[in-house]
Amino acid sequence: MAGYIVRRFALMLLVVFLAITINFLLPRAMPGDPVELQLEQLSAGGGQIGDLQATAAAFRARLGLDQPLWRQYLTYLGRVARLDLGVSVAHYPERVSDEIRAGLPWTIGLLGIATLISFGIGTLLGGLLAWPRSGRLVRLIGVPAIMLSAVPYFILGIVLLSLFAITWPVFPVAGAYPFSYFPQADWRTVALIAWHGVLPALSIVLASIGTWAIAMRGMVVGVLGEDYIMLARAKGLGPRRVFFAYGLRNALLPQVTQLALTLSHVVSGAILVEVIFAYPGIGYRLYQAIQAKDVFVIQGIVLLLSVSIAVTTFLLDLLYPLIDPRIRTHR
Amino acid sequence: MSAVLRQIGREKLLAAGLIVLCSLALLGLLGPLVISLAEIGSTRARLAPDAAHLLGTDTQGRDVLAALVMALPQTLKVGLLAGLLGLGVGGLLGLLAGYLRGLADVVIRTTADVVMAIPAIAVLVLVATNVRTMTVGMMALIVAGLAWMYPTRAIRAQTLSLREQSYVDVARLNGIGGLRLVMTELLPNLAPYFAASFVTAVSNAMLATVGLEALGLGPQNQLTLGMMLYWAQYYGAVLRGMWWWWVPPVAAIAAIFIGLLAVSAGMDRLLNARARHDG
Repeated sequence: MAGYIVRRFALMLLVVFLAITINFLLPRAMPGDPVELQLEQLSAGGGQIGDLQATAAAFRARLGLDQPLWRQYLTYLGRVARLDLGVSVAHYPERVSDEIRAGLPWTIGLLGIATLISFGIGTLLGGLLAWPRSGRLVRLIGVPAIMLSAVPYFILGIVLLSLFAITWPVFPVAGAYPFSYFPQADWRTVALIAWHGVLPALSIVLASIGTWAIAMRGMVVGVLGEDYIMLARAKGLGPRRVFFAYGLRNALLPQVTQLALTLSHVVSGAILVEVIFAYPGIGYRLYQAIQAKDVFVIQGIVLLLSVSIAVTTFLLDLLYPLIDPRIRTHR
Repeated sequence: MSAVLRQIGREKLLAAGLIVLCSLALLGLLGPLVISLAEIGSTRARLAPDAAHLLGTDTQGRDVLAALVMALPQTLKVGLLAGLLGLGVGGLLGLLAGYLRGLADVVIRTTADVVMAIPAIAVLVLVATNVRTMTVGMMALIVAGLAWMYPTRAIRAQTLSLREQSYVDVARLNGIGGLRLVMTELLPNLAPYFAASFVTAVSNAMLATVGLEALGLGPQNQLTLGMMLYWAQYYGAVLRGMWWWWVPPVAAIAAIFIGLLAVSAGMDRLLNARARHDG
C-alpha cells in the first residue's frame, strides 16, 4: 500500500517536473531571438530611437535573458513555485495568474458537471448493453452513443450550436451569461448560467457517454461470467437485484481507473468546446491568447493543464485502493 | 492473402469502416480530376449552393466543394504520416522493451507512462506556437511525437507473451538468436497487433491534428479539413447560417473518425476470434 502511494507520487512529481522543464526549454530551444524580433518589428513601424543593439541588450538584462541557462531555469522554477507566471502581453499589465483564476471556475464547473452526468449515464448504458435481458431500446440508444464517442467533442458542439441556437434558437449562442448582465449571488444568475451551460455541457456529455459505455460493457461482460452471479441467480434473487448489486457494483471500480486514464482526453476535448461556444473558461482564453500571440498566457495555461491533470490523476490513483479493498491487501 | 480478405469480408464492422475510409481517400485522390481546382478564389463570395457551385462558396469566394476535395487528402496525409511515424517508433520501442526486458523495459515503460500523463494538447500547443510557419509535414511530425506511446504499450505486452511461447523456445534452442529470432519468429506473429496499433495511432494523431487546427495552430497556407473548419468558425459561418460552409468539413471529419472506430472495433473482434481459435 505504502509502496503503491510512493510510486504514484513519484510518477506525479516526475510529470510535473517534466512539464515545467518542457515549458521552460521549448520556447528557448526554438530558433530566433524574441527580443530582437520584437524590436525589429517596432523599428519597422518607425519607432526606432538610438542603438538597436543596446536596446536589445537592455531588454535582455531586464528579462534575465543574458544570464546562463541554468540560472534562468532556477529563477523560472522559483517563480513557478510562487505561482508567478508573468504578465499578459495583450492585456498588459494583467497578471497571467489572474487571467487563469478568472477562467478556471468556469472550466471546472462545466467539465465537472458534464463529466459526472456522462459518467453516470454512460456507465449505466454500458452495463445495460452487457446485460442479456436488456430490450431493443438499449441497443437502439447504444449504437449511436458509441458512434458519437468517436467524433471530437467540438464537432458535435458546432452541430448543436447550429441546431439549437441558430435554427431553433432555444439556447444562447455564446458566453456563460448574457453579455450585458452583471452576475450576482442570486437564483436568477444561477438559472442564467445553467441555461448558458446547457449546449456546451451537452456536447461533452453526448460525445463521451459512448466512451464510458464501451469500457463498462466490457467490464460487466467479464463480471457476469463469474460464479457469484450464478450463485446469486440460483439463490432466487430477482434479475434487477443481480444486475445492480452484483453485476454493476463489481464492475464499477475499474471505471474509476478509466476516468484517470481518459482525463487528459476529456480536458483537451472540453477546451475546444469552450472555443465553439465562446465560454469564458481556460480553453477560450487559450484560444484568444493564441490569436493575440500572447506567449506568457499560452505558457501559463499549458503549464496549468499539465500540472492539474497530473495532480488529479494522482488523487484518483489514491482513491482507487480506498474503494477497492483487493488492491489494499495485495500491495 | 485471399484468406485474410475473406476474413475481413466476414467481419462486417471492419469492412464497413474500410469502405468509408477508402471512399474518402478515393474522393480526395480522384476529386481533383473531376472538379476544377481553379475554381478556388475565382468566384463570388457567400453564394448558397446552386448548379454552378454544388456546395456554395465561402466569404473569400472559394468554391467549398473544391476546397473540400483539396483538404481531404492533406488531412488523411497528416493522419497516415503521424500514424506511421508513431507506429514505427512506438512499435520498435515496444519490441525492444518486451524482448530485452530488464532495465531497457523499465526505462521505456516509465518514459511512455510519463509522456502519456502529460496532456498531448498542452505540449502540442506549446510546440505549434513556437514554430515559425506550419506545414502539413511539420504538423505530422509534431503530432507523431505524442502518438508513439500506445503502440509501445500494445506491442510490448504482446511481445512479452509471445516470447514465452513454445515455438520461440524451440527456435532459441535451435541456436537462432537475437535479431533473426525477432525477425522470423516474433514479427510475423505481431503483424495483426501492429495493424491494430496503427489504426489507434492514426486515430489519435488525427484527433490531435484537428484539435490543433481548430485552435488556429494548423498550417496557415495549406488547406486541411481542420483549417477549413477553423476559417468557417473564424468568420462565423455557423452564426451567419452559412451551413454549406461548415457542414462539409464537419461531415467529412465525423465520417473519418467513425470509419476509424469501426475499423478498430472490427479488428479487435478479429483478433479476439483468432485468440479464441488458437487457444
